[in-house]
Amino acid sequence: MSWGRDVLTLSGRWVIEGRRALADGAVWRPQLLPQMRKLGVQSVPVALFVAVFTGIVLALLSSYMFTRAIPLYFVGTLVTKAVMLELGPVLTGMALAGRVGANVAAELGTMRVTEQVDALETLAISPHAYLVTPRVLAATLMFPVVTAMAMAVGVLSGWFTAVNLLDLTSVEFIRGARQFYNFKDIWFGLVKSASFGAAIATMGCSAGLNARGGAEGVGIATTRAVVLGCQAILVLDAFWALVLL
Amino acid sequence: MIQFHSLSKRFGEKVVLNEFSLAIPEGETTVLMGSSGTGKSVALKHIVGLLEPDSGYVEVDGQVVSDLDYDALMELRRTIGYVFQFAALFDSLTVRDNLSLGLRRQGLPDRTVAERVAESLALVELPDVADRYPAELSGGMRKRVGIARAIALRPRYILYDEPTTGLDPVTTMAMDELMIRARRELGATSVVVTHDLGSAFTVADRIAFLSEGRIRQVGTVREIRATADALVREFIDARSGMGGPA
Repeated sequence: MSWGRDVLTLSGRWVIEGRRALADGAVWRPQLLPQMRKLGVQSVPVALFVAVFTGIVLALLSSYMFTRAIPLYFVGTLVTKAVMLELGPVLTGMALAGRVGANVAAELGTMRVTEQVDALETLAISPHAYLVTPRVLAATLMFPVVTAMAMAVGVLSGWFTAVNLLDLTSVEFIRGARQFYNFKDIWFGLVKSASFGAAIATMGCSAGLNARGGAEGVGIATTRAVVLGCQAILVLDAFWALVLL
Repeated sequence: MIQFHSLSKRFGEKVVLNEFSLAIPEGETTVLMGSSGTGKSVALKHIVGLLEPDSGYVEVDGQVVSDLDYDALMELRRTIGYVFQFAALFDSLTVRDNLSLGLRRQGLPDRTVAERVAESLALVELPDVADRYPAELSGGMRKRVGIARAIALRPRYILYDEPTTGLDPVTTMAMDELMIRARRELGATSVVVTHDLGSAFTVADRIAFLSEGRIRQVGTVREIRATADALVREFIDARSGMGGPA
């Protein structure tokens, strides 16, 4: 019971602080673009790396499954659907939970244990406005962009694999991709990824700002941020599947 | 004026402040002195609302800090400069930006911000470090920039948390002179937390000696030097034996 009450109290405090911080645009606005570059643009390589291999494996696995009974052009269907609906957003989210969640938690944790967060407060600057809000907004805005690129690269690498390694032409792959295409496939994945971004950045900020002690405390906060971020992705993934599909 | 009223604070089982009461006179430098872990820094953090008391309260200019709403607390913090033990400079910002951050928060125009930054760095005798990052400065320089960041705000109160800890004797003397100059030129009320006896005797108008979370003795430098209190005497003699003045 006590644990539940603590979580509720902390969440309530974060909502109040968050609302107040959002209104303090003069503090967070100058930080937004640098954070979008740091959390979003600089995450593109790792997201694309994951996407390339996801596309390759999906194409090979689907061709392995679709023997005789199912036409091979369904490789295009499976690669496209799986990448857009599930693997693009979720695997990108997982990769960025490591990169972004750890980065945010370590940075804010170090600031906490070296009293830089206290210093902000003594300068009458809210850490939520200066540190949390720009990071959460940046991740929420940039995760869909990075995920969209990952989706495109995942489908392209699946197509490239199908055309070069399987007995499939580009026309057949595209026919399969278009067979069950629905515009919802795209925005569903992007809405999910925005929520993943918000969750990962929030977990990172929360873990970092609650870090205690020295280097060990920062290490614990970083691990917690990554673990909680990954768990949040799975929970949100199920939530959006229930709500939107 | 700052007043502590029966302030108590514990962390887990450890009682750090125990019915701590003290009045800090306006315009003076009051040194909080005592052994490590006696609650000096914890008392300081209550003044700016970084910590909430378990019981008792701190009053600044007639306002109870723990009762202030968010806006009033921010307003109060704008009148207080805080110098942290390890400077707490923002790693990712240059010295100039470290100093500018609080000034911009006060809504000052760019030109005034630039002037204040230059003046404050000149006051701490570091006029050429504005474009450097904290990692490029020595420990002593970082502490001086920490003081510059606090005085740039032209605060009514300056709180120093262990300003000379870890510094060599020459740099310590320079820091003492800096604290005296800051008080003289800004007329700010200062509270200095230290267990450096030499520094305390140099900068203090009054010294409050803490033991086990409460005040053991308060007096002028002369009174503390001549103390008959066995514990305070023991502290002074021990520190004098370590090279501090008797």
